Amino acid sequence: MMDDFFMRAMVAGIGLALMTGPLGCFIVWRRMSYFGDTMAHSALLGIAFSVLFDIDLMIGVFAVAALIALLLLLLQRRGTLSTDALLGILSHSTLALGLVMVAAMPWVRIDLTGLLFGDILAVSRLDIVAIYVGGAAVLGLLAWLWRPLLAATVNPELAAAEGLKPDRARLLFMLLMAGVIALSMKLVGILLITSLLIIPAATARRFSPTPESMALLAAGFGAVAVALGLFGSLELDTPSGPSIVVAALVLFLISLAAPRLHKAQAKRAIEKGHR
Amino acid sequence: MSEQSPQGAARPLINAKDIGIYRDGRWLIRHVDVTIQPRQIVTLIGPNGSGKSTTARTALGLLKPDEGHVHQAPSLTVGYVPQSLSIDWTLPLTVKRLMRLTARPSAGDIAGALERVGIPHLGDAAVQTLSGGEFQRALLARAIVRAPDLLVLDEPVQGVDFSGQVAIYDLIRQIRDETGCGILMISHDLHVVMADTDSVICLNGHVCCHGSPESVLESPEYLQLFGKRAAETLAIYRHHHDHAHGPDGQILKTHQGDHRHDG
Repeated sequence: MMDDFFMRAMVAGIGLALMTGPLGCFIVWRRMSYFGDTMAHSALLGIAFSVLFDIDLMIGVFAVAALIALLLLLLQRRGTLSTDALLGILSHSTLALGLVMVAAMPWVRIDLTGLLFGDILAVSRLDIVAIYVGGAAVLGLLAWLWRPLLAATVNPELAAAEGLKPDRARLLFMLLMAGVIALSMKLVGILLITSLLIIPAATARRFSPTPESMALLAAGFGAVAVALGLFGSLELDTPSGPSIVVAALVLFLISLAAPRLHKAQAKRAIEKGHR
Repeated sequence: MSEQSPQGAARPLINAKDIGIYRDGRWLIRHVDVTIQPRQIVTLIGPNGSGKSTTARTALGLLKPDEGHVHQAPSLTVGYVPQSLSIDWTLPLTVKRLMRLTARPSAGDIAGALERVGIPHLGDAAVQTLSGGEFQRALLARAIVRAPDLLVLDEPVQGVDFSGQVAIYDLIRQIRDETGCGILMISHDLHVVMADTDSVICLNGHVCCHGSPESVLESPEYLQLFGKRAAETLAIYRHHHDHAHGPDGQILKTHQGDHRHDG
């Protein structure tokens, strides 16, 4: 089964979606989508450094993305420029630096399109192992971090006052994101990673009464988007990475048409009480 | 439940002595003392930027003082009611789930806490659908379900209408009476201060005055800091005779003026 490139892509993509769904919920809740984009864009710089120092791509991308996150924390502490402006600077300058560095090394042949938009059909068995082992680690850490991270998302002061160390939770969450970007870059590409984090989570929102159910549903919607996108790209001969994102978008649009379960429930609960 | 051992008087929950926090070339607070005993209600008041939050955070051990020291009772459980927070619609959160945010209470404990704050029917409601007063009650229930030794309330009545404020202050007093916890309140809304407050600490970078609500109200430092007009409009809420603070509308109407600091 794994001999078939299409099945490998499917297995890898679904593994990826199971990880990006829950993590993406926090990105949506914490309004960090631009931050996710910035870390993803820095991946190209990570690739350039990996090639330059001859280290594994995933490790190089993870290291650079983590460094960018730390740099942002430092710059935020100085408090001169808004986070928004800082992200804008880091996001595009790391992307540009990566492009310049790659171009300045003519002796290495890098498939730029593959890096920017992903090449899920070229996934190897080793990549699949990396995604599932790495994914299990990411999800395990996220489960361990769940309570402090959720409390810090609701209110960092509350989390701190009640002893949950929100700063540590935030830092570890950033490292998790760096890990996800390193794991997913090959599959969906630098420019499209954040869409797999955000769109399934946004789709799940309307059907979820609790944060936990939203995380599970987001993983499910992500997996469905991967399957639909891959079949679609096979059928229509379209690029696979963008096709997956389009499939996720279609699911999101359908969800908008669905009735607002959560609002209806909430209303009922209130009416019941005020009887 | 209502009678607690008298040892509380000897062992404060928090004893912060002469604390100072130095940041970016200036002292945010300096020479501030805060002591909170079990069953005691301590209120920190002061204008914005006066160091109320810094003082509270230092007393809770979240900031390391650059001067002075902070002693906390061992294994102190804190229940925290944050300043009027808004929860993003993207985060699905029912009141019951909110109650389990930092603790693992039983279903019975959750129901009991909701009953205590008067919103037993709202357990399954999404927090985003609650009114200001209901949400403050939910946050209070979340804090007391932890069975805290110390309850910290940051602007607990912000965004609540006047009669709602009175009800919430009543509730806070009842919770203190029933559980014997100590209470630290932070307030920049000077118009209503609980009469049950045992000690008011009026801050402006340093302790400008402290004592019972009545004595602070009359102190010259207080008048200087907040202006005579503010002092005149300050109502000390007394739970047994709430007619004492004059016509409600008049008190609420005095919000404009230079002593009012929003945000």
